[in-house]
Amino acid sequence: MSVVTVQLGQCGNQVAHELFDVVCSDTQKKPSRAASCERFFHHSTHGELVARAVLIDMEPKVINQSVSRAAKCGRWRYGEDSHFSQKQGSGNNWANGYCVHGPRHRDVMEELVRREVERCDRLAGLLAMMSVAGGTGSGVGAYVTQCLRDVYPTTFILNHLTWPYRTGEVIVQNYNSVLTLAHLYQLSDAILVHENDTVHGICSQLLNIKHISFSDINKVIAHQLGSVLQPALTADSHGVYSRNPLGELVSALACHPEYKLLSMCTIPQMPSSSIAYSTFSWPGLLKHLRQMLISNTKMEEGIDWQVRPPAGSGRSTSLTGSSFNTSLANLLILRGKDVYSAETGGFEDPALYTSWLSSKEAFSLWKSPVSFNKYEKSATLVSNSQALLSPLDDMVGKAWNMFASRAYIHQYMKYGISEEDFLDSFTSLEQVISSYRQLC
Amino acid sequence: CRFWDLALREHAHVNKKGLYDEALSSFFQNAVLVDMEEGVVNEILQGPLREVFDSTQLLTDVSGSGNNWAVGHMTYGSAYREQIVDKLRKAAEHCDCLQCFFLIHSMGGGTGSGLGTSVLSLLEEEFPDVCRIVTSIYPSAEDDVITSPYNSVLAMRELTEHADCVLPVENQSLVDIVNKIKVMSHSAKPGSVIKRDSTVISGQGGISGSEKPFDAMNNIVANLLLNITSSARFEGSLNMDLNEIAMNLVPFPRLHYLVSSLTPLYTLADVSVPTRRLDQMFSDAFSKDHQLIRADPKHSLYLACALMVRGNVQVSDLRRNIERLRPSLPFVSWNQEGWKTGLCSVPPVGHSHSLLALANNTCVKPTFMELRERFTKLYRKKAHLHHYLHVEGMEQSFFSEAINSLNSLIEEYHQLDATKARLIPDAPRLSIAT
Repeated sequence: MSVVTVQLGQCGNQVAHELFDVVCSDTQKKPSRAASCERFFHHSTHGELVARAVLIDMEPKVINQSVSRAAKCGRWRYGEDSHFSQKQGSGNNWANGYCVHGPRHRDVMEELVRREVERCDRLAGLLAMMSVAGGTGSGVGAYVTQCLRDVYPTTFILNHLTWPYRTGEVIVQNYNSVLTLAHLYQLSDAILVHENDTVHGICSQLLNIKHISFSDINKVIAHQLGSVLQPALTADSHGVYSRNPLGELVSALACHPEYKLLSMCTIPQMPSSSIAYSTFSWPGLLKHLRQMLISNTKMEEGIDWQVRPPAGSGRSTSLTGSSFNTSLANLLILRGKDVYSAETGGFEDPALYTSWLSSKEAFSLWKSPVSFNKYEKSATLVSNSQALLSPLDDMVGKAWNMFASRAYIHQYMKYGISEEDFLDSFTSLEQVISSYRQLC
Repeated sequence: CRFWDLALREHAHVNKKGLYDEALSSFFQNAVLVDMEEGVVNEILQGPLREVFDSTQLLTDVSGSGNNWAVGHMTYGSAYREQIVDKLRKAAEHCDCLQCFFLIHSMGGGTGSGLGTSVLSLLEEEFPDVCRIVTSIYPSAEDDVITSPYNSVLAMRELTEHADCVLPVENQSLVDIVNKIKVMSHSAKPGSVIKRDSTVISGQGGISGSEKPFDAMNNIVANLLLNITSSARFEGSLNMDLNEIAMNLVPFPRLHYLVSSLTPLYTLADVSVPTRRLDQMFSDAFSKDHQLIRADPKHSLYLACALMVRGNVQVSDLRRNIERLRPSLPFVSWNQEGWKTGLCSVPPVGHSHSLLALANNTCVKPTFMELRERFTKLYRKKAHLHHYLHVEGMEQSFFSEAINSLNSLIEEYHQLDATKARLIPDAPRLSIAT
């Protein structure tokens, strides 16, 4: 089954490129190769691997760079006519992306996606990749997601979002983020989030990279996403790899319309030079991963081992700021050697989860004996939990403060977004925050 | 003129194969040169840049504006309106996509100030959706044009109402920077030899040969423009184009005056660039000696700040420096993390990296207040007023409206300054019924 990726804006295009790169290199000589290829690429008439992707940006430089870089690498490339760009950019203005560029180019963009979808024998779903801080990824991305929902009402649509550094990449990033999230929440089946701050931490503390570039950041994101989307076997797939990863993911994790935010962490993450000298055991990896989940630490460094799940019944909501991270649902993906001997009981502990889902329903497990991307054993946990509550709350809080003084609002109103639209978005997100906060 | 000179040099450096590539040619076709006396434009046409411009891009008259804003704005503004619109439309048609208008002028004279602001309103009328960024050269206190305060205040009103973004530049600051570089290059300390062609004022290696008096100062302004447009012309991991500048740096429509600073001013000849020097570049961007107007942003209030980095600088360097400098910079309460950043891979010629900082900061207030003072000194005595009132279409109300506009602008900045000391609590959040 195939996934069609829609790459939006500079970030979306740069990250998606790394994803195709990782998936392609990982695909080379493994039993799941056919399924993996099928999932992300189609074969051209000359037998080359062509990514199942649509590239969209409102200015041309990033797409041009991406397309030529892929063509040069010789292992895979983008389709010649799979991209659409304009010249002037969206100026970091969500309203410009959503109200002007989106509608103006709707037909062209829909056509590009349609072509890609028709090339798939069986469509698993659509993956839209974008950032929330700028104007195109966020604004055009929200508009395109809406169009896709209209055109493909029964298809799985996942949005992968990159959240910006908390200390500014774009001054109006919080406005753009709030508007994007509020709109996507109604349209998307699940929202996978990576935060630049977290990934930056992984690069500096785990990978020991001295001068971190966006390329390093994007590679880590791609590694984590790749470890989720590469073929794996679920409990009832009977050795057949080509299941629908997007559908399985959504049904495992996003069972309630109010709870769609998914975070992920992968273990181990270390510099490539160290991998050869390290040995991994499943018990060790899983123990760390579990504690990372519980204490809401997104990497193996600085895990707080003091945090425990609350004992017994009579749990209260985490208003007092207890550091325990309650999960709604978890998906654990194990790849590599001896994967069938891995003991995952620790993740089925009901204490980890909210009371209204049994731990049997809340926990899902995928396995693949095929190792992923140089790591002999690796485990990825995709969670629907309170992990994103704090960054979300921070983002909304800052946006609200700025809104209180009406700063920059005239820039959005110029393109058709009113104060009411802002208020609606704030209200939706406060609702999401409240729901996650109440999780117990 | 220096701008085109240096832009050519920058692109030539990058593009070994030839001088004219796609991005470059689109850039050059789209200039319109206007002057009401012929001397300067003729010089350009006789110089080595004559190939770059053709006659349809030029508009000149013979006698100049006599340092009189009214003559520039009213007389020439109406006389040449059609021709100007025509030339602009032609230039616009050459563009695949018109992103923004750059207006470059001085405030103190008659043509740049008067006709320049007339063109500005014209742009707003004819091309309302296209961003207008204006680089205005403000006169120093010791300016030799007596009526420069009148011209400047009259022009300022137009800028406040019709420009999207203004980058004020003061001649005195440019002089100070030029002098600082000259001192550095003559000091000849061991280990501090300045690389050839690498100062922000150097034009050598550009097309024109000789350096004339204002050349060094104009080079700085040219570099400013080069850096602002670099992300639109070259690739980078975090692009920042001109529309984004206006979007991020202008929280309220009238408060669109941005203080700019360029670093480094020169590159020392030793090749390796330790992190310390890179960090020094960031620190310098906020020092009052590097600002292009006489102002000290660190002691006023930041509404927003943009950092455009060029060259071999990564996001981690950028983040480290923002974190380091942030505590010492006062930001307005609702924009505590008000940073806009851009990373362009191609550095300016002669440097391995450079930084342009654009700040929306209340430190422009003193500059405006001084201007108001100089204006008032003349206006109180009605000095030279008759030269203006004699011009057809000009009335006294223009003066009073202009000074009112300036007054209220200063007041708006003042209100913001007043919030600096106060601790503003967070706005109470919407509460959801549970």
